[in-house]
Amino acid sequence: MNAARALVKCLEKEGVTSIFGYPGAAICPFYDELVLSNSSIEHILVRHEANAGHAASGMARISGKPEVCVATSGPGATNLITAIATAYMDSIPIIALTGQVHSEQIGKDVFQEADMTGAVEPFVKHSYLLKSPKEAAELPRIIREAFHIAATGRPGPVLIDIPIDVQLEEISFSVDDYQPSSKAPPEIRGYKPSFSGNKLQIKRVIDAIAESKKPLICAGGGVFARNAQTLMQQFAERADIPVVNTMMGISSFPSDHRLSCGMLGMHGKQLPNRALNECDLLILLGARVNDRAISPSNSERGFKVIHVDIDPAEIGKNLPAAIPVVGDIYAVLEQILELLPKDLGKHDEWCNYLLGNKTGANVVIKSSFDDSDDNNSSEEKNVVSPKEFYGSLNKLLPKDAIVTADVGQNQIWTANNIQLGEGGRFLTSGGMGTMGYSVPCAVGAKRGNPEREVVAICGDGSFQMQFMELATMIQHGINIKIIIMANNRLGMVRELQKLKYQNNLTAVFLDGSPDFIKLADAYGINGEHISNNKDVDKALTTLLASKKPYILVVDVDAEERSIL
Amino acid sequence: MSQANHNSNNNNKEKHTISALVENNAGVLSRISGLFARRGFNIHSLAVGVTEVPDVSRITIVAEGDDYVLEQIAKQLNKLVDVIKVRTLPKHGSELLSRELMLVKVSCTPSERQELIAIAKINDAKISDVSATAMTLELSANQQRLSAFEELIRPYGIKEIARTGVIALQKGATSLNS
Ligand SMILES: Cc1ncc(C[n+]2csc(CCOP(=O)(O)OP(=O)(O)O)c2C)c(N)n1
Ligand SMILES: [Mg+2]
Repeated sequence: MNAARALVKCLEKEGVTSIFGYPGAAICPFYDELVLSNSSIEHILVRHEANAGHAASGMARISGKPEVCVATSGPGATNLITAIATAYMDSIPIIALTGQVHSEQIGKDVFQEADMTGAVEPFVKHSYLLKSPKEAAELPRIIREAFHIAATGRPGPVLIDIPIDVQLEEISFSVDDYQPSSKAPPEIRGYKPSFSGNKLQIKRVIDAIAESKKPLICAGGGVFARNAQTLMQQFAERADIPVVNTMMGISSFPSDHRLSCGMLGMHGKQLPNRALNECDLLILLGARVNDRAISPSNSERGFKVIHVDIDPAEIGKNLPAAIPVVGDIYAVLEQILELLPKDLGKHDEWCNYLLGNKTGANVVIKSSFDDSDDNNSSEEKNVVSPKEFYGSLNKLLPKDAIVTADVGQNQIWTANNIQLGEGGRFLTSGGMGTMGYSVPCAVGAKRGNPEREVVAICGDGSFQMQFMELATMIQHGINIKIIIMANNRLGMVRELQKLKYQNNLTAVFLDGSPDFIKLADAYGINGEHISNNKDVDKALTTLLASKKPYILVVDVDAEERSIL
Repeated sequence: MSQANHNSNNNNKEKHTISALVENNAGVLSRISGLFARRGFNIHSLAVGVTEVPDVSRITIVAEGDDYVLEQIAKQLNKLVDVIKVRTLPKHGSELLSRELMLVKVSCTPSERQELIAIAKINDAKISDVSATAMTLELSANQQRLSAFEELIRPYGIKEIARTGVIALQKGATSLNS
């Protein structure tokens, strides 16, 4: 068979059920074999390659294994780069397959040639270019390695660039001999992710916890990478330690848990930030200490740091760690739980201080409507208060829903106010802050778990970076719900200009935007537009009851702040 | 590197020699040089060559930085799948064998020839090429000796210099792959 068919068969063996892509000449052999080989893989035709990458990312975050996006050479491939970089920053395992020009023409600037392995070099965990037909036989090995590298250690994107003639090359390959990477991990001499934590360090962790009066757990995205949510909860409960999370760690710990403090950092609320400032022991679990979460000046406050991470390069990079623990978070938590003394006392005083009147501490302060000369300040405000809106959403949304948030004020509102329970997931572009992530991510997440309610929340600016995917949703029957927080502004930038640039508002007005309901209608999608608090419950009930895609446009005040 | 200092005991920017065994394939050099550029690590020299194992190359990097930077360099290099092993070599000459090859083309009139030959001789440099108005000398030594030699012949008029960058091995019986 040719290498393209071998590629299809390897993907099937790796458990791939859906791939997201966009064809073009250089990847045609692969598309051809997808059909000719009667593949079980469903191809989902996105409407822009970046969204293929985001969809693969959303699916991977739910399925817990690498998922695949495909593009053609040149512009198709370069369109993928933002998604690859977004996945890299958030450590999401995706495999990007790109067609490349004929191997003999590489380096000659022929039509639709782009040096992809070069271009994505800063944003991938690893990449492969099959340089000549002689290397075609290596493809099965490369696929197995790619899945292994993407999924294990600190997960991340892997790119495989395959010239058209390499795809067409006949190779001898037996499907039955192919062992998926998860069953038979390949031996790669330069790649040895470590698994369990060093015993001595675990002992030090236990001692530090026993000594601490005011310990704090900070959960990051790494907790999901190894599906360690339940173990972390056991740990927090047994050791009686409050839990804050980074943006990537949202939903790793039930929002309504007595120990839950919420998201810390520059965009977080008071309670989690107070917890960070006053703790005497910070236990970082799969969190890389991003500048928006924990600033280096925090380290001067004198708390001791235990840093558990699979990536040794993250430990000590942004915050000195007294007790570094390199290892798989699942394995490390098991080790900790095993050694944790049964008679470990409670931290009543600390917990009561922080969480005693949690509802009080978490209470949302009504945003002050100040009178800057923003366009509509004189008009009567027909708007929904985000605070009210999230209150209703939390009441009506199933606790195990998957909620994706875009970037902007809508992201911060959602991150700080969404309340999810066991099995619920919050997905957003944390490290990169990529506008246009929420809808394609939700598309992928829905394929990752079709049973779950999947709701994408975006802004009116970011919606216009991704609404082409409405067609994908219709074409492939992907029933996600979209909520657009409409302020007719690039709200977050407006807020920044207001606070830091003397209210010199430029390039943040979205006048000229379409009527989103009419737009949805053009795709055959139902929706509703609300601009009054009293309509929120009913509108959300209709949205959640819909068996088809549904769009809800929520008018919010342009003066609303990110931190409600 | 704004946070470069906060966990180093030693803020001196010293030169360090890092030795790495890497897969001998096309992308590896650009991955490594890209990493250094991207993360703002300062390289003095980088030398690559094959090793006793045909598909493994050794890269020797001389880089500048404090303990924090050095630790990050080693950790970030280790993350590259193509990098098989990384080690920071000892700093002291008593434990480190480090060499660099220099070719230096120097102006040389017939009357200066004997003088230059004598200088080359006492410094263990080879005379690799002689022409009517120039001479090319070749010296393999550690960096201090190369610099000293360069100063010695500078008065004659250096036309051009090519240097390989430092290669180094730890003294004694240990090796990177053991
Ligand atoms: C691709 C991309 N371009 C630009 C930005 C910078 N940016 C951050 S937030 C924001 C405004 C987003 O506006 P909107 O989607 O309407 O959300 P809002 O803040 O109004 O809720 C912009 C432009 C970004 N994060 N991503
Ligand atoms: Mg907006």
